[in-house]
Amino acid sequence: MLKPAEDRGGPAQPLLTVRNLVKHFPVRGGVLGRTTAVVQAVDGVDFDVAKGETLGIVGESGCGKSTTARLLIRLIEPDAGEVLFDGQALGEVDGGLTLSELRRQTQMVFQDSFASLNPRLTIEDTIAFGPKVHGLADKDARARARDLLGKVGLNPDLFGRRYPHELSGGQRQRVNIARALALAPRLVLLDESVSALDKSVEAQVLNLLQDLKAEFGLTYVFISHDLNVVRYMSDRVMVMYLGRVAEIGPVEELYANPRHPYTRALLSAMPSMDPDRRTQEAPIAGDPPNPINPPSGCRFHTRCPFAEDVCGKAVPALTATKADPAHRVACHMIDAASGHSKAGSLA
Amino acid sequence: MTEALVSVRDLRVLFRTGERTVHAVNGVDLSLAQGEVLGLLGESGSGKSVTLRALLRLLPPKRTTISGTISVAGNDVVAMDEAAARDYRGGVVSMIFQEPMLAFDPVFTIGEQIAEAVVRHENVDRAAGRARALEMLDRVRIPSPKRRLDAYPHEMSGGMRQRAMIALALACKPKLLLADEPTTALDATVQIQILLLLRELQREMGMGVIFVTHDMGVAVEVSDRIAVMYAGRIVESGAVRDVIRNPSHPYTRGLLSSTVHGSMRGKRLEAIPGAPPNLATAPTDCAFAPRCKWVADACRAGVPDLAPVAPGHVAACVRLGAAARA
Repeated sequence: MLKPAEDRGGPAQPLLTVRNLVKHFPVRGGVLGRTTAVVQAVDGVDFDVAKGETLGIVGESGCGKSTTARLLIRLIEPDAGEVLFDGQALGEVDGGLTLSELRRQTQMVFQDSFASLNPRLTIEDTIAFGPKVHGLADKDARARARDLLGKVGLNPDLFGRRYPHELSGGQRQRVNIARALALAPRLVLLDESVSALDKSVEAQVLNLLQDLKAEFGLTYVFISHDLNVVRYMSDRVMVMYLGRVAEIGPVEELYANPRHPYTRALLSAMPSMDPDRRTQEAPIAGDPPNPINPPSGCRFHTRCPFAEDVCGKAVPALTATKADPAHRVACHMIDAASGHSKAGSLA
Repeated sequence: MTEALVSVRDLRVLFRTGERTVHAVNGVDLSLAQGEVLGLLGESGSGKSVTLRALLRLLPPKRTTISGTISVAGNDVVAMDEAAARDYRGGVVSMIFQEPMLAFDPVFTIGEQIAEAVVRHENVDRAAGRARALEMLDRVRIPSPKRRLDAYPHEMSGGMRQRAMIALALACKPKLLLADEPTTALDATVQIQILLLLRELQREMGMGVIFVTHDMGVAVEVSDRIAVMYAGRIVESGAVRDVIRNPSHPYTRGLLSSTVHGSMRGKRLEAIPGAPPNLATAPTDCAFAPRCKWVADACRAGVPDLAPVAPGHVAACVRLGAAARA
């Protein structure tokens, strides 16, 4: 029987420690296929994920949130930086983590529930596939698959022999969640996992994710463009903009007191649910810039109402606010010594 | 009372492909006054987009059976011939889509495509068409519109393309604009800009708008009235305030309670159990009954009609009282 891997460092050690993570994609063009430009998808990202917490990652398209998730599970290789899983780095000579062990302990659920299932495998075979690869006998793997189907709310006698195309989007996403849990992982990366679902089904799946987290003691990284859903699911939230962290902090603190001008714009761009308090003015103009050749200095300075000379020149460091050391913001208005005329005003 | 801009009576749309039959729309009645914005809210498969396409006569005639009447600004949309439909589309009614890349021809510039529509509908020369194109790009606030006139669709960002599509749709000053999830694919900070732009253009040009969306917040931002669709029927409609503050149909109530908003952390979401029906056969009773917590025998007796809840606010539920007391 597959059991979750042993906790190594105890509760104080973060399950994930990410330092200076970098991934640039070359853009090739011309007849010779030479590199003509570079997409700086993830450019120096630092964060931790504590055991048992849910870290939400938000940002607009091209901000690097999905690339970050793919780097964490090594679907793509980082160019630089360090990812420690419960204190262990991947492939260290002495007691390091093997790739297969990392992938057993970290699982991912994607947005497209259909594309992420093999159309030729029944639901039961799909869920049993991973455990078999990791050495479980066929009979035990099937029993596990049927058990997990029940846990995600699908009757194994009714659904086990069906194929993905015979299920609705919500049911398929439940299958993907069951498959992710089949290897008893400790960390689950949810990349826009509920974004394609209708609202009434989305609520069912969000409830399910909360139940499973409690039952199996899971840690989630929850990626979404939907700020309402992220607020509901997360303990802490990280806001990304063009490959960098703009702001990170405890969820209610960040939503109540957003500091970074981008976070503030993002929050006030949410449609109002109150007919008497409709949005009167767009918080920022224009589209997010192309991540190929992003702006210098603070990457938000081209759209920021408070931008000054220093913003185009120096990259702001993630700096803790005075009110809450866990709330950190990358803006020159936080750092009193930055040279911005409003320096220190956001601290 | 002035005549309604749009009047739809008992619209039914049936698709037949091979051995599959889908009853997509099952008796929709709706009317829209000149200058009014109706938000058509529903989940995938509720028939909201099909209703919109029927209004523009976009459904493939070979596979589609349409019954009922659709009248838009005096045009009988169901009966008109193809030539009349070509004058109607773009002249009287225009549509904007979720994916502007598919609405534009990739091998012509934005300016050429807008000018072409103007020349076709208003019988003016190309110079006048181009002048109108420039005016429209300016109105939708595309920066440096003169230069953008000669840009190809792929050279623009997503938000700019969406603005260009709005310019194209409004170039011939239609009386009615149909919007099919035009902001769903956009980033949050861009979505709000496009919603505000549409609201402003609608006011300036005084046109009617039917705005299809699955997002309650978006519907609240743009609409005067909201109609909620489920399984090919309108189950509730009324002024935005009434529908949001006093949702009366159990489906609308469920939709509101399962939509995450504000600070709901730690609370369990009141999800609607089950999934929408597949519509292989036309509903003969309340299509929401299998998912409804107030279901009773009366719900199975027939398809419920829209009944008044308050002035201008209707809902199609035989158990309105039971749901309201909950």
